[in-house]
Amino acid sequence: MALYSEVVMDHFMNPRNVGTIEDASGVGEVGNAKCGDIMKIYLKIENDIIEDVKFETFGCGSAIASSSMATEMIKGKSIHEAMALTNKAVAEALDGLPAHKLHCSVLAEEAIKSALKDYYEKNNIPYDKSQFPDCENCGHCH
Amino acid sequence: MRVYADNAATTKMSQVAINAMLPYMDKIFGNPSSLHSVGQEAREALDAARETVAQCLGCEPREIYFTSGGSEADNQAIISAARNGARKGKKHIISTAFEHHAVLHTLNKLEKEGYEVTYLDVSQGHNITAQQVRDAIREDTCLVTVMYANNEIGSILPIAEIGAICKEAGVVFHTDAVQAAGHLHINVKEQNIDMLSLSGHKFHGPKGVGALYCRRGIPLTNVIEGGAQERGKRGGTENIPGICGMAAALKDACDHIDENMPRVAAMRDKLIEGLGKIPHCALNGDPVNRLPNNVSFCFEGIEGESLLLLLDYKGVAASSGSACTSGSLDPSHVLLAIGRVHDVAHGSLRLSLSDYNTDEEMDHILKVVPEVVQHLRMMSPVWRDLQTGKREYIL
Ligand SMILES: Cc1ncc(COP(=O)(O)O)c(C=O)c1O
Repeated sequence: MALYSEVVMDHFMNPRNVGTIEDASGVGEVGNAKCGDIMKIYLKIENDIIEDVKFETFGCGSAIASSSMATEMIKGKSIHEAMALTNKAVAEALDGLPAHKLHCSVLAEEAIKSALKDYYEKNNIPYDKSQFPDCENCGHCH
Repeated sequence: MRVYADNAATTKMSQVAINAMLPYMDKIFGNPSSLHSVGQEAREALDAARETVAQCLGCEPREIYFTSGGSEADNQAIISAARNGARKGKKHIISTAFEHHAVLHTLNKLEKEGYEVTYLDVSQGHNITAQQVRDAIREDTCLVTVMYANNEIGSILPIAEIGAICKEAGVVFHTDAVQAAGHLHINVKEQNIDMLSLSGHKFHGPKGVGALYCRRGIPLTNVIEGGAQERGKRGGTENIPGICGMAAALKDACDHIDENMPRVAAMRDKLIEGLGKIPHCALNGDPVNRLPNNVSFCFEGIEGESLLLLLDYKGVAASSGSACTSGSLDPSHVLLAIGRVHDVAHGSLRLSLSDYNTDEEMDHILKVVPEVVQHLRMMSPVWRDLQTGKREYIL
């Protein structure tokens, strides 16, 4: 099927890091079932390093592939590096997404940020709120 | 194994149809409007095809107009009836909420011009009743346009009853029979149908060719202006190979309905029974009055596009009404119209069969669909929430 790149198909067919983390340091969930995509990211953070990451996704092929790729890209990285991950980088790593599927990579970025925010809040770590997307008003779904 | 189960989208051409087309590509290639014998041979083929299609529908040849497909036939039928109505000051139209976009978008255009359209509710039994039509008819109703059978969920509408009501009320009755032609017995006179649309590629004929039946006495408005083809109602040199292929395919399908459709329906029932065992799913469409080739389900907790991709990988070509497959944010208007909420409408699967499918193929579908649904549910946060009680099951 030429709809998606080979990399997208590979990550869709063989998604990396699927699952949950029982004692996650941070959990983030974005999207909603009404729109047809939800991404949930679980982070295990030790000494500012993402020791483990898992995801669950309800959504189309590119949503699953974007979550898989995004988790690969932050695993073993510092939380600062994870914060810097952009949807553009995810889409590029996937060898591109069709224009109407780019929001899937946006969701992946937002899901990671949302999990990091959860980690900061749980641990009373001060953080720059402006760095986080405002999911309520992002326009996707509305 | 590769299984094509998307016959409501389009079908493969039958050898009968292909053979019927071939002579008109090189040997008998004339323009039916030409006076010379090369053209007149093509004219004969055109006349014969019209005769064949008329026979299949139970009407006169001169009541058949060839078009570029089902969409054009729908457009022309509705626009014509609307214009005829306006001349008498009647600008009310009755339709259903689950029509094809060829009908809905034409109606939307008329609404912008000041027509009023009543869209009958289809949430009860995933169908309409003839009584709903009767209740909706007003003094100023100029057209009832309801589909013969729904392309996504397979419901067959009570066409003959609606025809009788429209006849009694003196309202023109059009039906989009694109999914029904060649699959169900149609007789426009007995069923009191005034206008009917069909499309070649849904019954193993070619794409890009269709027909509009319009009862004698109902004036047609041109959608395509041009020469005097099709009694002046549809300009453009006729697509002779396409028309001949469609006529042959329609005749072949109609001649074998009693033999093919029970076999197709048996395969359908096997799928409905087998897939119905998947937990938290629901059959879409009328369970009784149903196209012999339609299977449509919603599976809770998963999304349709990923379902289709995995099925394609496992050799099953199917379709879905999820938003991701429609290219919009909303899932199919048909699923929403029958009352499926967005969350579950995204997880829909349509398998549409034909007489080319086999029992072995059904076994393959019954093996892979549950596997794929399970695989996707295992990675779905929605499914986890359903299983852990954080979210309530809808299905
Ligand atoms: C119910 C219905 N009406 C109309 C059409 C349009 O037919 P065509 O593709 O020939 O324009 C289709 C097929 O897509 C259909 O299923």
